[in-house]
Amino acid sequence: MHQEDSDQAKAYQQLVKKTQPKKPILKNVVWAFLYGGMICLVGQCIQTAFMATGMTSQAATSPTTVVLIGVGALLTGLGWYDQITKRGGMGATLPITGFANAMVAPAMEFRREGLVMGVGAKLFTVAGPVLVYGLSAAFVVGLVRYLVTGVA
Amino acid sequence: MGVTQIALGSYRVMDVCIAATAAIGGPKEGKGPLGPYFDEIWPSEDHKGTSFEQAERALIEDGMELAVKKSGMSWEDIDLVMGGDLLDQIVSTNFAARRHQRPLLGLFSACAVFTQGLGLGALLLAGNSARSILVAAVSHHMAAERQFRFPIELGYQRTPTAAWTATATGAVVLVSGTKHPTAIDAVTMGRVIDFGSKNPNDMGSAMAPAALDTIQRHLEATGTTLQDYDAVYTGDLGVMGTKMLTLLGKEHGLIFDYRFNDCGQILYHLKEQDVHNGGSGPGCSAGVFSGYLHQRLESGEWRRLLLIATGALFSPTTYQQGESIPCIAHAVSLVYRDRGGSSS
Repeated sequence: MHQEDSDQAKAYQQLVKKTQPKKPILKNVVWAFLYGGMICLVGQCIQTAFMATGMTSQAATSPTTVVLIGVGALLTGLGWYDQITKRGGMGATLPITGFANAMVAPAMEFRREGLVMGVGAKLFTVAGPVLVYGLSAAFVVGLVRYLVTGVA
Repeated sequence: MGVTQIALGSYRVMDVCIAATAAIGGPKEGKGPLGPYFDEIWPSEDHKGTSFEQAERALIEDGMELAVKKSGMSWEDIDLVMGGDLLDQIVSTNFAARRHQRPLLGLFSACAVFTQGLGLGALLLAGNSARSILVAAVSHHMAAERQFRFPIELGYQRTPTAAWTATATGAVVLVSGTKHPTAIDAVTMGRVIDFGSKNPNDMGSAMAPAALDTIQRHLEATGTTLQDYDAVYTGDLGVMGTKMLTLLGKEHGLIFDYRFNDCGQILYHLKEQDVHNGGSGPGCSAGVFSGYLHQRLESGEWRRLLLIATGALFSPTTYQQGESIPCIAHAVSLVYRDRGGSSS
């Protein structure tokens, strides 16, 4: 038997598990709630501001998203968004500002490798999986909806 | 002069001493507790607007240049250069050699490369194959992040056992003879040990068994105990790894007491500087030794030091394919003798 599969290795992994510091889950969840909530609140304020110009709530959604993506990209460019996510965790990753961060960070990172092999090839390294599985899930849900309700 | 194999992979070496060391660190390392021990601290992580890979290369070039200068020798006196880094194809070490034009032995054993170089250099010098060898290792936080983790500006949370790759370099000029007080007296080359760890965010736990194996073999070969050394330092096990090594040691009858510490653990203020498990990278053990540890020896405060740099030999591809992380550790023991003292 190989060393990495041996009983000694298994016993060691047990010991590692026992010794490992626990992730501060409760603290992380509270921070995620506060940061995520704060970002959503800002989004709501922006949407309300657009509605104040006479837009319906649905019509105000698109410009609100655009502004939030712009803010997320700007904060990434300034080097602040990673600081926000450090504390806010999923609360900062999940909103659309986090998506902007996931797109802009590689764009900044890989421009040294050129526009094609750098930015072009690596732009979706982080957001790629989100898009692949997000679109796939949307397709499945849409299909189920069509089969059940008959509405496309 | 002489080198004797005293056990498998363990060698007793005679008349190999350290002529000079040089350590350069990044801004974060400068703010750590060992800041004052570095010869130079870079004001920022980038180097005059170059890429992080070029910055890493400039770091090792500057470190080597400084070590040669401090030794009072010139590049023409250096018979051989050895070293390594973490970047693919060890580009920092290889590209730096374009400038110094001395014969090069590029090495790779991840973060264990510094003691690999010191050990190999000592064997060659003791065996009369060279008169002076420059050993250097380097790492750069941002360059390593790019290669092993995520883009710099991407926000994510680090786990408590994640290590912080140090922006640092250490360079040592080894010479044959007894002219200088700090000498290398024994070397043990590591075996690759893999106890099935798969988590790249907990390399300390993965590397601890390799460190234990090398330490046990070194102590047995040299007929010493941990308590015979004034200090025992591992490379970059960090908080979690030193804990695991202490626990493993206890199982094997080795007591890691106050003499034992880890370069990665002392490089930063762990809590205030938010580095979780501590520092890592080839530059971690190289910088801490070439700055802090070497000065403790040279001041006569310590007479015997055991240094065991530790390396995790995985690549992003191997862990994405679900493979465990093989690790290695190389040990070098150093003695301080009063100037002009006779060799053992």
